[in-house]
Amino acid sequence: MNSRKTEVLVGAFVALAIAALLMLALHVANQGARGNGETYNLYAKFDNIGGLKVRSAVKVGGVTVGRVENIALDPQDFTPVVTLSISADYNEFPETSSVSILTSGLLGEQYVGFQPGFSIDGVENLADGDYIEDTKSALVLEDLIGQFLFNKGSD
Amino acid sequence: MEWLARLGSATLARFSAMGRATFVLTGALIAKPQPMKHIPLTIQQMYVVGVQSLSIIVVSGLFIGMVMALQGYTILVDYGAEGSLGPMVALSLLRELGPVVTALLFAGRAGSALTAEIGLMKATEQLSSMEMMAVDPLRRVVAPRLWAGMISMPLLAIIFSAVGILGGHLVGVDWLGVDAGSYWSIMQSTVEWNEDVMNGIIKSVVFAFVCTWIAIFKGYDAVPTSEGISKATTQTVVYSSLAVLGLDFVLTAIMFGIE
Amino acid sequence: MHPSSLPGLHPTPVMELLNTTMDNLVDIQHLTFRRQKRVIYDDISLQIRKGQTTAIMGPSGIGKTTLLKLIGGQLKPDSGDVLFKGESIPGMSRRRLFDVRRQMSMLFQSGALFTDMSVYDNIAFPLREHTRLSEAVIEIIVMLKLQAVGLRGAAHLMPAELSGGMARRAALARAIALDPELILYDEPFAGQDPISMGVLVKLIKALNDALNLTSVVVTHDVNEVMSIADYVYILAEKKIIGEGTPEEIRKSDSPLVQQFLNGEADGPVPFHFPAPSMESALQGVK
Repeated sequence: MNSRKTEVLVGAFVALAIAALLMLALHVANQGARGNGETYNLYAKFDNIGGLKVRSAVKVGGVTVGRVENIALDPQDFTPVVTLSISADYNEFPETSSVSILTSGLLGEQYVGFQPGFSIDGVENLADGDYIEDTKSALVLEDLIGQFLFNKGSD
Repeated sequence: MEWLARLGSATLARFSAMGRATFVLTGALIAKPQPMKHIPLTIQQMYVVGVQSLSIIVVSGLFIGMVMALQGYTILVDYGAEGSLGPMVALSLLRELGPVVTALLFAGRAGSALTAEIGLMKATEQLSSMEMMAVDPLRRVVAPRLWAGMISMPLLAIIFSAVGILGGHLVGVDWLGVDAGSYWSIMQSTVEWNEDVMNGIIKSVVFAFVCTWIAIFKGYDAVPTSEGISKATTQTVVYSSLAVLGLDFVLTAIMFGIE
Repeated sequence: MHPSSLPGLHPTPVMELLNTTMDNLVDIQHLTFRRQKRVIYDDISLQIRKGQTTAIMGPSGIGKTTLLKLIGGQLKPDSGDVLFKGESIPGMSRRRLFDVRRQMSMLFQSGALFTDMSVYDNIAFPLREHTRLSEAVIEIIVMLKLQAVGLRGAAHLMPAELSGGMARRAALARAIALDPELILYDEPFAGQDPISMGVLVKLIKALNDALNLTSVVVTHDVNEVMSIADYVYILAEKKIIGEGTPEEIRKSDSPLVQQFLNGEADGPVPFHFPAPSMESALQGVK
């Protein structure tokens, strides 16, 4: 029995599968901010999160630095609290940073836009567990239309 | 009264089949491993179920990727979103089509062959004679085939998805003129390693287990006549396909359906 | 094995009794076996003596193969017992049964060679599974066994390339690979041309004498088996209808035995499968 040939072919088969997996890993999948493990959590309270979902991206100037880890409602003041899981590679955002909920394109997904503040002396960096004070809520179409009509009416 | 009895006997038959299937599975899996003997046997079987299924998997993957790119393009181009062709092809392949179509092809190509082979070994008394030689056929014949199937199918599914994505590239980029950069980069920013790739592989492992188990049990449990084996082979393909599609829904609901 | 070599047993008067039973390699006691509702064997007892060739004959379709599977422990009797060297086969654990099976082997009617291996690998199979012999030693043993059945030249062929008679001889070589004490032959002559049949008869006899084996031959080929058997049982109608040495059987005055030996179509063993009489069946048709 030519078991040698069989072994070589099975070896080639496994190697091909590993090559395919590598291709998926390197060219197809986004290991993103999660990929290299270490993250820290920041919290932000919004009035309205619109269509934001768990796993939505957190971007600084278009670069993904983290993901939305959790969305919950604060039991005291009934405002949504969003947990942002930020890659530990980016751990020097000043306390004055702000976050807003933005939409990519007209019909695109919503993501968290992270606007780093200025770092002046006396302003500390955000650390694990901190709240980001300066937040802008998602734009809700109905509110926009309502505002527009209201402004029209007062003209 | 008559139908009640029939329902009862059908139920009992199902349960006893499940019991026998579990017996076959445990007999094959819970066996003292003898690596020197069993690894070469498993490699031999991986050649049969894995390497020999490769051509059908590669060709199917290529064509499915190409068709999806073509279909997706005609829809997406209306919204000016043909840049999203990459993620569309990649996500459909990784999450659904890769594991599911591989499992269906595997059931038809390798599963039916496994059933027929084991059924024929039973019909020609090879299993019986092995048992009389004090060699447990569950360990010597069934176990290597079970392991080979369980290892090979996820590998085939990975190859299927990768080839499909390349097929999508072939049609989308090389033929229809989608920008190669956006095909890859939007794909890369959308597809998640854990959520999409790993979940697809987990699905494939589950399907591999179920399909190989069904194939082996149907062969081992076949009525040892030509009619019995042909029936068992058909049942392998039907049951495996139904199990894969049903389980796919359940797994998808667990993996992607719950926020 | 001499009984006094058994641990914890000392020669006593009882041992004398045991000693006689120890001559029986296999002892089937009051065995009853049913397949679903159909009774195959109804309370049969028979003994297979060490070093002898015992033939079990009977018309086709009465489950002679079943008897061999009962001896091999692949089937369990509904009642009664099968003793191998005084030990109950149905009562054994799976592990013990596998140990015992190494001392016996079975030649299946189809040969049951593994179709995915060459003849050589088929015969090496039990050696590779059960011994730690080196490949060089295995090769010597395999070649010796093949030489014994006259197929040394066919070692590299695949089973599909062998004729029916050659396949059975190759299977015989495999059956004796581990030098068993007991060989069970299932219809070794069925479907063979006269030459192959002669070869097999000669082989079985030669092996029995040379290796001091105990053989059980299940068959319906009367003449062939009468020439090699030391003792004959004739089974029919779920019972043993005759037993004895071949001469005793030939002289038997039982009409059943005579019908079987002479191959008469009808007699105590009916030509018709049990059915209501033709008249009543026809009267039912209106």
